[in-house]
Amino acid sequence: MSISVLAVDDSRTMRDMLRLALVEAGMDAHLAEDGQDGLEVLDQLKPDAIITDINMPRLDGFGFIDAVRGIDRLRNIPILVLTTESAEELKAKARRAGATGWIVKPFDPEKLVRALRMVTG
Amino acid sequence: MDTITQDAPQDGKDRNEEVELLSFRIGEHEYSVDIMSVREIRGWTRATSLPRSPHYVHGVINLRGTVLPVVDLARRLGLEAEEPSERSVIIVVDLEGRTVGVRVDAVSDILSIPRGEMQPPPEMLNDDTERFVRGLIVIEDRMVRVLHLEAVLPPGTEAAA
Amino acid sequence: MSDPMQEIRASFFIECEELLEALHDGLEAMSDGAADGETINIVFRAVHSIKGGAGAFSLDQLVGFAHKFENALDAVRAGTLSVDDGLVRLFFKCGDILSDLVRASRDDEPLDTAITDPVIAELLEVTGDVGGDEEAAEEVDFAPTALSLDLDDIGGLAGADDAMADLALPDDLPPLDIAGEPDPDEAAEQETTYRIVFSPEPELYAGGNEPLFLFRLLQELGKVESSVEATATLPALDELQPNAALLTWTLTLVTNADVSAVEEVFEFVDGLCGLSIEPLSDDRPEHPGEESGLPAAETTTPIEAATATPSDPLPADPPGTSQPAPAGDAGEETEDPRPAAASGAKPVAKSATVRVDLERIDRLVNLVGELVINQAMLAQSVATAGLPSNSPVSSGLDEFQHLTRNIQESVMMIRAQPVKSLFQRMGRIVREASTATGKDARLVTDGEATEIDKTVIERLSDPLTHMIRNAVDHGLETGEQRVAAGKPERGTVRLSAAHRSGRVVIEVADDGGGINRARVQSIAEEKGLIAPGQSLADQEIDNLLFLPGFSTAAEVSNLSGRGVGMDVVKSSISALGGRISITSTPGRGTCFSISLPLTLAVLDGMVVGVEDETMVVPLNAIAETLTLSETDIRPLGPQTRVVLVRDAFVPLLDLGAELGYRAPRADYVGSIALLISQEDGSRAALVVDQIEDQRQVVIKGLQDSYGHVPGVAAATILGDGQIALILDPADLIANASGKSAPETALQKAG
Repeated sequence: MSISVLAVDDSRTMRDMLRLALVEAGMDAHLAEDGQDGLEVLDQLKPDAIITDINMPRLDGFGFIDAVRGIDRLRNIPILVLTTESAEELKAKARRAGATGWIVKPFDPEKLVRALRMVTG
Repeated sequence: MDTITQDAPQDGKDRNEEVELLSFRIGEHEYSVDIMSVREIRGWTRATSLPRSPHYVHGVINLRGTVLPVVDLARRLGLEAEEPSERSVIIVVDLEGRTVGVRVDAVSDILSIPRGEMQPPPEMLNDDTERFVRGLIVIEDRMVRVLHLEAVLPPGTEAAA
Repeated sequence: MSDPMQEIRASFFIECEELLEALHDGLEAMSDGAADGETINIVFRAVHSIKGGAGAFSLDQLVGFAHKFENALDAVRAGTLSVDDGLVRLFFKCGDILSDLVRASRDDEPLDTAITDPVIAELLEVTGDVGGDEEAAEEVDFAPTALSLDLDDIGGLAGADDAMADLALPDDLPPLDIAGEPDPDEAAEQETTYRIVFSPEPELYAGGNEPLFLFRLLQELGKVESSVEATATLPALDELQPNAALLTWTLTLVTNADVSAVEEVFEFVDGLCGLSIEPLSDDRPEHPGEESGLPAAETTTPIEAATATPSDPLPADPPGTSQPAPAGDAGEETEDPRPAAASGAKPVAKSATVRVDLERIDRLVNLVGELVINQAMLAQSVATAGLPSNSPVSSGLDEFQHLTRNIQESVMMIRAQPVKSLFQRMGRIVREASTATGKDARLVTDGEATEIDKTVIERLSDPLTHMIRNAVDHGLETGEQRVAAGKPERGTVRLSAAHRSGRVVIEVADDGGGINRARVQSIAEEKGLIAPGQSLADQEIDNLLFLPGFSTAAEVSNLSGRGVGMDVVKSSISALGGRISITSTPGRGTCFSISLPLTLAVLDGMVVGVEDETMVVPLNAIAETLTLSETDIRPLGPQTRVVLVRDAFVPLLDLGAELGYRAPRADYVGSIALLISQEDGSRAALVVDQIEDQRQVVIKGLQDSYGHVPGVAAATILGDGQIALILDPADLIANASGKSAPETALQKAG
């Protein structure tokens, strides 16, 4: 059973790259353009993990994680934050919002997969 | 202009190299062009005339969806012109990326001659046709003029290019 | 299919253009005073996304610049940098450099640092250049060997934790190592035994981390044994909180992996658990020869046992139980599993797009052109066959015609693009011209959503650039002059686009001093363009600007004096089937108006007969058709006539005579005339022999195959396969003899 991952990023390039990395790793990739879009996708999907950008229009990564953690059905899904902002403060903020881990852009596909494995087993 | 035609036949190339020429007839005169510049030969179709164009420009015809200007070679060379008829022929030539039709009375032959046999045209006073002739060849007592195509084309095309 | 990364790269640059556009919009809003959080956020996000993508493709120069730009924007976001005109101007400049860098990166041509450095210096000045070292360090993050660097970055910035700083994996560690295959080189090294004490805090579970997964990763590093004990007294069973953290694991790991690899396993939980990783001094391979890839079977048991505790945070939720993907190939084809629903729900979302090679579209355009001609030929055959109009063939043909037209319009729409990107580039021209001339100027745009054929847009860039430069350089007065004239010091150049009666009208207007007509006339006289002392109407003087060889600049400025005059602008516009006109009011400014066809490919025309020729008159030029009566026609000069149309007299032009197809008629009573109405208000009654049809025709250029023909815009192919010329009424009227004496073909050569 392949791992299914929802990747949320407002940059099309980043979505394309995430999709490529996930698909090449044999995972199912689901994509959303921002937090709001991500929540809509999650209405009908329970992925094994979520990767999300932070800075996005409409609903940013923090709001998105908050929302996901507030949904019983999705509460325990591991969420990785994808960001170029690697400051310690941001990490703490992501954690407070309930993120499981983080990936620093530009991500290396292998790293991404490893990080996913760290949180999905 | 004159110097160009003088130099043309030699232009530093191997004199024994064979050139192929398409010869055609305008009235009583025989002309030819380098076959490499000939794209196709078509039967006569009525041309749409272009207003205020030089008198030797017939107009334009539809060549499979593109607009092809057609030059009346007889008029261009100042020769006695037959009126275009069913028997007229349009030689479609490619010249530096431009495609132009040239109306002649009939196509006669394909000639293969060594480049060295092409003679420069003799200088003649006030002969307007001279600047259109690149060289002369003699085949079986017939004199065939090799056309200087660039000089024949309507000036409008050059302005646009 | 080509290399997916290459495709993503190509798509990245397309996205960059969109992001630059968003960036520019945001900056425009900021310059209009909207420095609210969301506006700044949009700008920030645009730069940020460019940086993110650029990093993925190791476009270091782009990343470096975007990073500095981003820092400044971040400072604005954080409120440590306040927005003023100067800053917005700097941001605009940064936006320009960013566009340059994007394009340079796309073409793999590094941008001269002489261009970027001054702006970078300005940026660093406003941001206070906090820690140049940090800048440098961060830039390394985006180096191509990204494998280890991102972690390095986290570690470095984590700062507090010295151990974290060493997290970077050695460069020679192959990426696949994560699959649990120890590097052969390292396998040769001695194994180490680590004791790991791990006591999760509740936050660890809350964040979605799972000790079991961490242990599995450890297993991949080597042989793991574990024991577990309760951290505190276990509460009674009914008081157990599922997510409470009550357990401490002590694990022994025998591995040949580096300590950093071990620490990396716990990267995400660092700070969320008690964790100690210590090498045991008496490390000895417990089972010599047993490689770390093998012991899984042995160690699985203790770990499973350890995790099968009441604290297991994910008891009912192992991976893989998620709902199946709505579409198995979602990762290949669609970005959004439910595209329709998702886009419908988003008010601001962009509609879904497909990228298509322009060549394919052009082929389609050509094919549709052939289809239109074919359809016309078919219609003609049917008409010739004399079938009744109610026959099935005729009605089928009508339907065919309708469909053809719809297809054609749809195809043309594919090629249409909003002028926005073009206009945005002009903003930069104004800024640069403003700097070069020392005149404060701003660009105001209007109608950016107006769509025109892509080719037209591309070919407008140069003429517009020139006109905009001219507007700033020659149109606008200096600041002092403006103030003296009671105008705002800052000049405005207005660039607008609008659809007007089937054409696109683009205007470049300045609020400068207007054309100095006396000077224009004297310059034209000096240059011998006109005879001295002529009495010219304002409009005639203004049009002198379009004469080849005219330049208004008394001294050639380094800006406009590039050997390009308005005559070149005019001919480029003409080549697009467009026209250009000037209106100027002294003291108020000058407006250049360009009128362009919507598309270069089709035209609604009236098919008319003149002598033996069939011609097409663009429908948008025809105000009405007239049948001339005796009272309508008045003589004007000995050879000229005018036609009375309602209360106005318009010149009578005989098309056949104007084109030299035949001599003018003796009498025009009963003749059919087309009332041509030009955008500049000029009119003429164009006499034709008969009106044949009204239809859409496919435009075939004459320019490339023959050259410019006076009074003729292009050609088309009619249903019978014959070529018909498409008139250019403006050119025809402008060059009309007006006299009814025909020009012979010989008189006009070229």
